[in-house]
Amino acid sequence: MIPPRFEYFAPSTLDEAVEILGRYGGEAKVLAGGQSLLPVMKLRLAEPKALVDINRIPNLAYIREDGGWLRIGATSRTNDLNDSDIVKRRYPILTDAAAVIADPLVRNMGTVGGNVSHGDPANDLPACMLALGAQFVVRGPKGTRTIPALSFYQDTFVTALEPDEILTEIQIPTHRAGQGTAYEKLEKRAGDFPIVGVAVSLLHSGRKIESAGIGLTAVGPTALHAKAAGDSLVGQTPGDAAFRRAAELAMQIAQPVTDLRGPAEYKRAMIGVFAQRALKTASKRAGGGA
Amino acid sequence: MDEAEAMPAEAEVGPFARVRVTVNGAPQEAEVETRTLLVHFLRDVLHLTGTHIGCDTTNCGACTILLDGKAVKSCTILAVQADGRQVRTVEGLAEDGKLHPVQEGFVEEHGLQCGFCTPGMMMTTVALLAKNPNPSEDEIRHAISGNLCRCTGYVNIVKAVQYAAKKSRGGGSK
Repeated sequence: MIPPRFEYFAPSTLDEAVEILGRYGGEAKVLAGGQSLLPVMKLRLAEPKALVDINRIPNLAYIREDGGWLRIGATSRTNDLNDSDIVKRRYPILTDAAAVIADPLVRNMGTVGGNVSHGDPANDLPACMLALGAQFVVRGPKGTRTIPALSFYQDTFVTALEPDEILTEIQIPTHRAGQGTAYEKLEKRAGDFPIVGVAVSLLHSGRKIESAGIGLTAVGPTALHAKAAGDSLVGQTPGDAAFRRAAELAMQIAQPVTDLRGPAEYKRAMIGVFAQRALKTASKRAGGGA
Repeated sequence: MDEAEAMPAEAEVGPFARVRVTVNGAPQEAEVETRTLLVHFLRDVLHLTGTHIGCDTTNCGACTILLDGKAVKSCTILAVQADGRQVRTVEGLAEDGKLHPVQEGFVEEHGLQCGFCTPGMMMTTVALLAKNPNPSEDEIRHAISGNLCRCTGYVNIVKAVQYAAKKSRGGGSK
Protein backbone atom coordinates (compact mmCIF):
# COMPACT_ATOMS: atom_id res chain seq x y z
CA MET A 1 0.00 0.00 0.00
CA ILE A 2 1.32 3.39 -0.96
CA PRO A 3 0.20 6.45 1.00
CA PRO A 4 -1.80 9.19 -0.73
CA ARG A 5 0.18 12.08 -2.24
CA PHE A 6 1.48 14.86 -0.04
CA GLU A 7 3.92 17.75 -0.10
CA TYR A 8 6.95 16.92 2.00
CA PHE A 9 8.85 19.44 4.11
CA ALA A 10 11.93 18.80 6.23
CA PRO A 11 12.51 22.13 7.98
CA SER A 12 15.63 22.71 10.04
CA THR A 13 14.01 24.93 12.67
CA LEU A 14 10.90 24.71 14.84
CA ASP A 15 9.73 28.15 13.72
CA GLU A 16 9.86 27.09 10.10
CA ALA A 17 7.96 23.89 10.94
CA VAL A 18 5.27 25.87 12.77
CA GLU A 19 5.00 28.29 9.85
CA ILE A 20 4.41 25.44 7.37
CA LEU A 21 1.78 23.87 9.65
CA GLY A 22 0.05 27.26 9.86
CA ARG A 23 0.14 27.71 6.10
CA TYR A 24 -1.74 24.43 5.61
CA GLY A 25 -4.35 25.34 8.24
CA GLY A 26 -4.91 21.90 9.75
CA GLU A 27 -4.28 20.01 6.49
CA ALA A 28 -0.67 19.20 7.40
CA LYS A 29 0.61 16.62 9.86
CA VAL A 30 3.84 16.41 11.80
CA LEU A 31 5.96 13.40 10.81
CA ALA A 32 8.14 12.19 13.69
CA GLY A 33 8.70 8.41 13.76
CA GLY A 34 5.79 7.79 11.40
CA GLN A 35 4.97 4.43 12.98
CA SER A 36 1.33 5.41 13.56
CA LEU A 37 0.96 8.10 10.89
CA LEU A 38 2.20 6.13 7.87
CA PRO A 39 -0.01 3.10 8.58
CA VAL A 40 -3.13 5.27 8.86
CA MET A 41 -2.15 7.10 5.67
CA LYS A 42 -1.74 3.80 3.84
CA LEU A 43 -5.27 2.91 4.93
CA ARG A 44 -6.55 6.36 3.85
CA LEU A 45 -7.75 7.02 7.39
CA ALA A 46 -5.62 10.17 7.15
CA GLU A 47 -4.85 12.06 3.95
CA PRO A 48 -2.84 15.12 4.95
CA LYS A 49 -1.93 17.54 2.15
CA ALA A 50 1.53 17.98 3.62
CA LEU A 51 3.90 16.25 6.00
CA VAL A 52 6.28 18.29 8.13
CA ASP A 53 9.21 16.01 9.02
CA ILE A 54 10.68 17.28 12.30
CA ASN A 55 13.58 14.82 12.33
CA ARG A 56 15.95 17.32 10.69
CA ILE A 57 15.44 19.85 13.48
CA PRO A 58 18.50 19.71 15.74
CA ASN A 59 18.34 19.21 19.52
CA LEU A 60 14.92 17.58 19.70
CA ALA A 61 16.17 14.16 20.86
CA TYR A 62 17.52 14.00 24.42
CA ILE A 63 16.77 12.60 27.86
CA ARG A 64 18.12 14.53 30.85
CA GLU A 65 17.29 15.69 34.35
CA ASP A 66 17.43 19.42 34.73
CA GLY A 67 15.66 22.09 36.81
CA GLY A 68 13.32 19.76 38.68
CA TRP A 69 12.23 17.83 35.59
CA LEU A 70 13.13 14.77 33.63
CA ARG A 71 13.13 16.32 30.16
CA ILE A 72 12.53 14.12 27.14
CA GLY A 73 12.93 15.67 23.68
CA ALA A 74 9.99 14.93 21.40
CA THR A 75 11.93 12.98 18.77
CA SER A 76 13.65 10.70 21.27
CA ARG A 77 12.87 7.18 20.08
CA THR A 78 10.84 4.88 22.28
CA ASN A 79 13.86 2.58 22.52
CA ASP A 80 15.93 5.49 23.85
CA LEU A 81 13.91 5.11 27.07
CA ASN A 82 15.03 1.48 27.31
CA ASP A 83 18.65 2.49 26.69
CA SER A 84 18.73 5.39 29.17
CA ASP A 85 20.46 4.61 32.46
CA ILE A 86 18.74 7.46 34.26
CA VAL A 87 15.32 6.26 33.10
CA LYS A 88 16.06 2.65 34.05
CA ARG A 89 17.27 3.68 37.49
CA ARG A 90 14.80 6.40 38.47
CA TYR A 91 11.76 6.17 36.16
CA PRO A 92 11.18 2.41 35.71
CA ILE A 93 7.53 3.06 34.74
CA LEU A 94 8.87 4.39 31.43
CA THR A 95 10.98 1.31 30.73
CA ASP A 96 8.08 -0.93 31.81
CA ALA A 97 6.02 0.80 29.12
CA ALA A 98 8.70 1.25 26.48
CA ALA A 99 9.59 -2.44 26.65
CA VAL A 100 6.06 -3.40 25.56
CA ILE A 101 5.27 -0.71 22.98
CA ALA A 102 4.81 -2.48 19.64
CA ASP A 103 8.06 -4.36 18.86
CA PRO A 104 11.79 -3.50 18.91
CA LEU A 105 11.82 -2.46 15.23
CA VAL A 106 8.94 -0.03 15.66
CA ARG A 107 10.53 1.28 18.86
CA ASN A 108 13.66 2.18 16.90
CA MET A 109 11.62 4.61 14.78
CA GLY A 110 8.58 5.55 16.88
CA THR A 111 9.09 8.60 19.08
CA VAL A 112 8.19 9.37 22.66
CA GLY A 113 6.58 12.61 21.48
CA GLY A 114 4.47 10.77 18.95
CA ASN A 115 3.33 8.18 21.47
CA VAL A 116 2.18 10.79 23.99
CA SER A 117 0.60 13.19 21.48
CA HIS A 118 -1.05 10.88 18.92
CA GLY A 119 -4.17 10.69 21.09
CA ASP A 120 -4.78 6.97 20.67
CA PRO A 121 -6.23 5.62 23.95
CA ALA A 122 -4.30 2.40 23.26
CA ASN A 123 -0.91 4.14 23.33
CA ASP A 124 0.96 3.13 26.48
CA LEU A 125 2.76 6.33 27.48
CA PRO A 126 -0.25 8.67 27.99
CA ALA A 127 -1.42 6.74 31.09
CA CYS A 128 2.14 6.98 32.44
CA MET A 129 2.13 10.74 31.84
CA LEU A 130 -1.15 11.06 33.77
CA ALA A 131 0.17 8.97 36.67
CA LEU A 132 3.42 10.94 36.81
CA GLY A 133 1.81 14.38 36.57
CA ALA A 134 3.82 15.21 33.45
CA GLN A 135 3.48 18.31 31.32
CA PHE A 136 4.16 18.97 27.67
CA VAL A 137 6.00 21.91 26.13
CA VAL A 138 4.55 22.90 22.78
CA ARG A 139 5.69 25.46 20.22
CA GLY A 140 3.19 27.40 18.14
CA PRO A 141 3.01 30.63 16.18
CA LYS A 142 2.70 32.65 19.39
CA GLY A 143 5.67 30.99 21.04
CA THR A 144 5.93 28.31 23.68
CA ARG A 145 3.29 27.11 26.13
CA THR A 146 3.06 24.27 28.60
CA ILE A 147 0.09 21.91 28.81
CA PRO A 148 -0.41 19.56 31.79
CA ALA A 149 -0.99 15.94 30.77
CA LEU A 150 -4.17 16.06 32.88
CA SER A 151 -5.80 18.52 30.46
CA PHE A 152 -4.10 17.30 27.26
CA TYR A 153 -6.22 14.28 26.33
CA GLN A 154 -9.67 15.42 25.17
CA ASP A 155 -11.07 12.63 23.02
CA THR A 156 -9.87 9.83 20.77
CA PHE A 157 -7.19 11.39 18.53
CA VAL A 158 -8.15 14.81 19.93
CA THR A 159 -5.66 16.57 22.18
CA ALA A 160 -5.08 20.11 23.40
CA LEU A 161 -2.51 20.56 20.60
CA GLU A 162 -3.58 23.10 17.97
CA PRO A 163 -3.00 22.09 14.34
CA ASP A 164 -0.12 24.58 14.09
CA GLU A 165 1.55 23.51 17.32
CA ILE A 166 4.35 20.98 17.80
CA LEU A 167 5.12 19.11 20.99
CA THR A 168 8.81 19.70 21.71
CA GLU A 169 9.48 18.39 25.21
CA ILE A 170 7.94 16.11 27.80
CA GLN A 171 8.56 17.18 31.39
CA ILE A 172 8.19 14.72 34.25
CA PRO A 173 8.69 15.86 37.86
CA THR A 174 12.09 14.66 39.03
CA HIS A 175 12.09 11.38 40.92
CA ARG A 176 11.75 11.86 44.69
CA ALA A 177 13.05 9.73 47.52
CA GLY A 178 10.26 7.32 48.47
CA GLN A 179 8.70 7.37 45.01
CA GLY A 180 7.97 4.16 43.18
CA THR A 181 6.46 3.79 39.70
CA ALA A 182 5.26 0.94 37.50
CA TYR A 183 3.33 0.17 34.33
CA GLU A 184 1.55 -3.14 33.83
CA LYS A 185 0.14 -4.08 30.45
CA LEU A 186 -1.99 -7.03 29.41
CA GLU A 187 -1.59 -7.95 25.77
CA LYS A 188 -2.83 -10.86 23.72
CA ARG A 189 0.53 -11.46 22.07
CA ALA A 190 3.94 -9.79 22.01
CA GLY A 191 3.85 -6.46 20.21
CA ASP A 192 0.08 -6.11 20.24
CA PHE A 193 -1.99 -3.18 21.40
CA PRO A 194 -2.99 -3.48 25.07
CA ILE A 195 -6.15 -5.18 26.24
CA VAL A 196 -5.69 -2.93 29.27
CA GLY A 197 -2.78 -1.12 30.88
CA VAL A 198 -2.33 0.51 34.30
CA ALA A 199 0.27 3.14 35.21
CA VAL A 200 1.06 3.93 38.85
CA SER A 201 3.22 6.44 40.68
CA LEU A 202 3.32 6.18 44.48
CA LEU A 203 5.09 8.42 46.97
CA HIS A 204 5.77 6.85 50.34
CA SER A 205 6.39 8.99 53.39
CA GLY A 206 7.44 7.00 56.39
CA ARG A 207 5.01 4.11 56.59
CA LYS A 208 2.20 5.92 54.77
CA ILE A 209 1.38 6.86 51.20
CA GLU A 210 1.73 10.59 50.71
CA SER A 211 0.40 10.79 47.16
CA ALA A 212 -0.54 8.51 44.29
CA GLY A 213 -1.20 8.89 40.57
CA ILE A 214 -2.95 6.23 38.51
CA GLY A 215 -3.52 6.20 34.73
CA LEU A 216 -5.46 3.68 32.64
CA THR A 217 -4.80 2.58 29.05
CA ALA A 218 -7.32 1.40 26.44
CA VAL A 219 -10.46 1.60 28.58
CA GLY A 220 -11.96 4.89 27.40
CA PRO A 221 -11.93 7.46 24.60
CA THR A 222 -8.56 8.65 25.96
CA ALA A 223 -6.09 7.42 28.52
CA LEU A 224 -7.92 7.93 31.83
CA HIS A 225 -6.78 9.55 35.06
CA ALA A 226 -8.12 7.44 37.93
CA LYS A 227 -8.23 10.34 40.39
CA ALA A 228 -10.47 8.84 43.06
CA ALA A 229 -8.40 5.67 43.02
CA GLY A 230 -5.20 7.63 43.57
CA ASP A 231 -6.75 9.89 46.22
CA SER A 232 -8.05 6.87 48.14
CA LEU A 233 -4.46 5.86 48.85
CA VAL A 234 -3.37 9.13 50.47
CA GLY A 235 -2.58 8.60 54.14
CA GLN A 236 -3.05 4.84 53.85
CA THR A 237 -0.56 2.16 54.80
CA PRO A 238 0.68 0.54 51.59
CA GLY A 239 -0.62 -3.01 51.33
CA ASP A 240 -3.22 -5.32 49.86
CA ALA A 241 -6.25 -3.74 51.55
CA ALA A 242 -5.50 -0.21 50.33
CA PHE A 243 -4.47 -1.45 46.89
CA ARG A 244 -7.64 -3.53 46.49
CA ARG A 245 -9.81 -0.53 47.36
CA ALA A 246 -7.92 1.68 44.86
CA ALA A 247 -8.19 -1.01 42.17
CA GLU A 248 -11.98 -1.14 42.70
CA LEU A 249 -12.19 2.63 42.26
CA ALA A 250 -10.10 2.37 39.07
CA MET A 251 -12.47 -0.30 37.74
CA GLN A 252 -15.40 2.04 38.37
CA ILE A 253 -14.11 4.75 36.05
CA ALA A 254 -13.02 2.35 33.28
CA GLN A 255 -15.23 2.54 30.19
CA PRO A 256 -14.10 -0.53 28.27
CA VAL A 257 -15.84 -1.62 25.08
CA THR A 258 -16.25 -5.16 23.83
CA ASP A 259 -14.03 -5.82 20.83
CA LEU A 260 -11.63 -8.41 19.38
CA ARG A 261 -9.44 -8.03 22.45
CA GLY A 262 -12.18 -9.13 24.81
CA PRO A 263 -15.56 -8.40 26.39
CA ALA A 264 -16.00 -5.16 28.34
CA GLU A 265 -16.52 -6.95 31.66
CA TYR A 266 -13.32 -8.95 31.23
CA LYS A 267 -11.38 -5.77 30.56
CA ARG A 268 -12.89 -4.09 33.60
CA ALA A 269 -11.90 -7.07 35.75
CA MET A 270 -8.39 -6.95 34.30
CA ILE A 271 -8.09 -3.28 35.24
CA GLY A 272 -8.63 -4.43 38.82
CA VAL A 273 -6.01 -7.17 38.57
CA PHE A 274 -3.43 -5.06 36.80
CA ALA A 275 -3.97 -2.04 39.03
CA GLN A 276 -3.16 -4.18 42.06
CA ARG A 277 -0.08 -5.60 40.37
CA ALA A 278 1.17 -2.15 39.35
CA LEU A 279 0.52 -0.78 42.84
CA LYS A 280 2.46 -3.64 44.43
CA THR A 281 5.39 -3.21 42.07
CA ALA A 282 5.43 0.57 42.52
CA SER A 283 5.24 0.21 46.30
CA LYS A 284 8.10 -2.30 46.32
CA ARG A 285 10.17 0.06 44.19
CA ALA A 286 9.35 2.96 46.50
CA GLY A 287 10.89 1.02 49.34
CA GLY A 288 10.41 2.17 52.96
CA GLY A 289 6.99 1.45 54.41
CA ALA A 290 6.01 -1.16 51.82
CA MET B 1 -0.97 -7.16 -9.87
CA ASP B 2 0.57 -5.29 -12.77
CA GLU B 3 2.61 -2.36 -11.46
CA ALA B 4 1.33 0.02 -14.17
CA GLU B 5 -2.26 -0.80 -13.30
CA ALA B 6 -1.65 -0.43 -9.59
CA MET B 7 -0.49 3.16 -9.92
CA PRO B 8 -3.00 5.80 -11.00
CA ALA B 9 -2.07 7.56 -14.24
CA GLU B 10 -1.59 10.93 -12.52
CA ALA B 11 1.18 9.39 -10.38
CA GLU B 12 3.65 11.14 -12.66
CA VAL B 13 2.57 14.55 -11.39
CA GLY B 14 2.74 13.78 -7.67
CA PRO B 15 5.17 15.83 -5.58
CA PHE B 16 8.72 14.61 -6.07
CA ALA B 17 11.84 14.82 -3.95
CA ARG B 18 15.48 14.02 -4.51
CA VAL B 19 16.81 11.28 -2.26
CA ARG B 20 20.51 10.72 -1.66
CA VAL B 21 21.22 7.69 0.44
CA THR B 22 24.19 5.39 1.00
CA VAL B 23 23.08 1.81 0.51
CA ASN B 24 25.47 -0.98 1.46
CA GLY B 25 28.31 1.51 1.28
CA ALA B 26 27.49 2.88 -2.17
CA PRO B 27 26.01 6.36 -2.66
CA GLN B 28 22.67 6.28 -4.48
CA GLU B 29 20.57 9.14 -5.75
CA ALA B 30 17.14 9.31 -7.36
CA GLU B 31 14.15 11.56 -7.84
CA VAL B 32 11.13 9.83 -6.32
CA GLU B 33 7.57 10.66 -5.38
CA THR B 34 7.48 11.99 -1.82
CA ARG B 35 5.13 9.14 -0.90
CA THR B 36 7.58 6.44 -2.02
CA LEU B 37 8.22 3.99 0.79
CA LEU B 38 11.81 3.07 1.51
CA VAL B 39 11.10 -0.59 0.72
CA HIS B 40 9.84 0.36 -2.76
CA PHE B 41 12.83 2.62 -3.27
CA LEU B 42 15.15 -0.29 -2.48
CA ARG B 43 13.28 -2.86 -4.55
CA ASP B 44 11.91 -0.91 -7.51
CA VAL B 45 14.46 1.90 -7.96
CA LEU B 46 17.67 0.21 -6.81
CA HIS B 47 16.49 -3.33 -7.73
CA LEU B 48 17.61 -4.68 -4.35
CA THR B 49 14.85 -7.26 -4.06
CA GLY B 50 16.36 -9.13 -1.11
CA THR B 51 14.29 -6.90 1.17
CA HIS B 52 10.84 -8.47 1.14
CA ILE B 53 7.39 -6.95 1.47
CA GLY B 54 5.31 -9.15 3.73
CA CYS B 55 2.32 -7.68 5.51
CA ASP B 56 2.84 -4.06 4.48
CA THR B 57 1.16 -3.12 7.78
CA THR B 58 4.15 -2.73 10.14
CA ASN B 59 3.59 -6.15 11.68
CA CYS B 60 5.73 -8.85 10.11
CA GLY B 61 9.26 -7.43 9.83
CA ALA B 62 10.05 -9.09 6.46
CA CYS B 63 11.13 -5.64 5.21
CA THR B 64 13.61 -5.02 8.05
CA ILE B 65 16.73 -3.09 7.05
CA LEU B 66 19.33 -1.16 9.02
CA LEU B 67 18.98 2.62 9.01
CA ASP B 68 22.10 4.17 10.51
CA GLY B 69 22.71 0.79 12.12
CA LYS B 70 19.27 0.39 13.69
CA ALA B 71 16.85 -2.30 12.60
CA VAL B 72 13.64 -0.75 11.26
CA LYS B 73 10.69 -1.67 9.06
CA SER B 74 11.26 -0.20 5.60
CA CYS B 75 7.55 -0.47 4.69
CA THR B 76 6.83 2.18 7.33
CA ILE B 77 9.51 4.70 6.42
CA LEU B 78 9.43 7.12 3.52
CA ALA B 79 12.39 7.08 1.17
CA VAL B 80 12.78 10.82 1.82
CA GLN B 81 13.25 10.09 5.53
CA ALA B 82 16.39 8.12 4.62
CA ASP B 83 17.87 11.08 2.75
CA GLY B 84 21.49 11.59 3.81
CA ARG B 85 21.54 8.42 5.87
CA GLN B 86 23.12 4.96 5.75
CA VAL B 87 21.03 1.96 4.74
CA ARG B 88 22.16 -1.65 4.95
CA THR B 89 20.19 -4.46 3.35
CA VAL B 90 20.64 -8.21 3.16
CA GLU B 91 22.62 -7.69 -0.06
CA GLY B 92 25.24 -5.89 2.03
CA LEU B 93 25.95 -8.80 4.37
CA ALA B 94 28.20 -11.13 2.35
CA GLU B 95 31.66 -9.79 1.55
CA ASP B 96 33.88 -11.01 -1.28
CA GLY B 97 31.65 -13.99 -1.83
CA LYS B 98 31.94 -15.04 1.81
CA LEU B 99 28.75 -15.32 3.82
CA HIS B 100 28.29 -13.11 6.86
CA PRO B 101 28.36 -15.11 10.13
CA VAL B 102 24.63 -14.46 10.50
CA GLN B 103 23.93 -15.88 7.05
CA GLU B 104 26.16 -18.83 7.84
CA GLY B 105 24.23 -19.40 11.07
CA PHE B 106 20.91 -19.56 9.25
CA VAL B 107 22.37 -22.06 6.78
CA GLU B 108 24.11 -24.24 9.35
CA GLU B 109 21.27 -24.31 11.88
CA HIS B 110 18.49 -24.58 9.28
CA GLY B 111 17.03 -21.28 10.48
CA LEU B 112 14.50 -21.13 7.65
CA GLN B 113 12.04 -23.15 5.68
CA CYS B 114 10.32 -20.97 3.07
CA GLY B 115 12.86 -18.17 3.56
CA PHE B 116 10.47 -15.26 3.20
CA CYS B 117 11.15 -13.81 6.65
CA THR B 118 14.86 -14.60 6.50
CA PRO B 119 16.34 -11.34 5.13
CA GLY B 120 14.48 -9.31 7.76
CA MET B 121 15.28 -11.84 10.48
CA MET B 122 18.97 -11.64 9.59
CA MET B 123 19.07 -7.84 9.56
CA THR B 124 17.50 -7.77 13.03
CA THR B 125 20.11 -10.30 14.13
CA VAL B 126 22.97 -8.18 12.77
CA ALA B 127 21.70 -5.18 14.76
CA LEU B 128 21.22 -7.31 17.90
CA LEU B 129 24.74 -8.75 17.80
CA ALA B 130 26.28 -5.33 17.17
CA LYS B 131 24.73 -4.14 20.41
CA ASN B 132 24.83 -7.36 22.41
CA PRO B 133 27.47 -9.83 21.17
CA ASN B 134 26.47 -12.54 23.63
CA PRO B 135 22.67 -12.48 23.97
CA SER B 136 20.77 -14.97 26.11
CA GLU B 137 17.98 -16.99 24.51
CA ASP B 138 15.48 -14.67 26.17
CA GLU B 139 17.22 -11.61 24.74
CA ILE B 140 17.26 -13.19 21.28
CA ARG B 141 13.56 -13.98 21.44
CA HIS B 142 12.75 -10.45 22.54
CA ALA B 143 14.96 -8.97 19.82
CA ILE B 144 13.21 -10.92 17.04
CA SER B 145 9.73 -10.33 18.43
CA GLY B 146 9.01 -7.89 15.58
CA ASN B 147 9.93 -10.46 12.93
CA LEU B 148 7.30 -13.08 12.23
CA CYS B 149 8.15 -16.55 10.93
CA ARG B 150 5.24 -18.82 10.08
CA CYS B 151 7.33 -21.92 9.27
CA THR B 152 9.95 -22.70 11.85
CA GLY B 153 8.46 -22.10 15.26
CA TYR B 154 11.61 -20.02 15.87
CA VAL B 155 13.60 -22.82 17.51
CA ASN B 156 16.16 -23.04 14.72
CA ILE B 157 16.18 -19.28 14.24
CA VAL B 158 17.28 -18.88 17.85
CA LYS B 159 19.98 -21.51 17.22
CA ALA B 160 21.07 -19.65 14.08
CA VAL B 161 21.44 -16.44 16.06
CA GLN B 162 23.41 -18.26 18.75
CA TYR B 163 25.66 -19.75 16.07
CA ALA B 164 26.26 -16.32 14.56
CA ALA B 165 26.95 -14.80 17.97
CA LYS B 166 29.56 -17.44 18.74
CA LYS B 167 31.12 -17.17 15.29
CA SER B 168 31.23 -13.37 15.47
CA ARG B 169 32.91 -13.49 18.86
CA GLY B 170 35.63 -15.55 17.27
CA GLY B 171 34.47 -18.82 18.73
CA GLY B 172 34.43 -20.56 15.36
CA SER B 173 31.64 -22.96 14.52
CA LYS B 174 30.40 -25.18 17.27
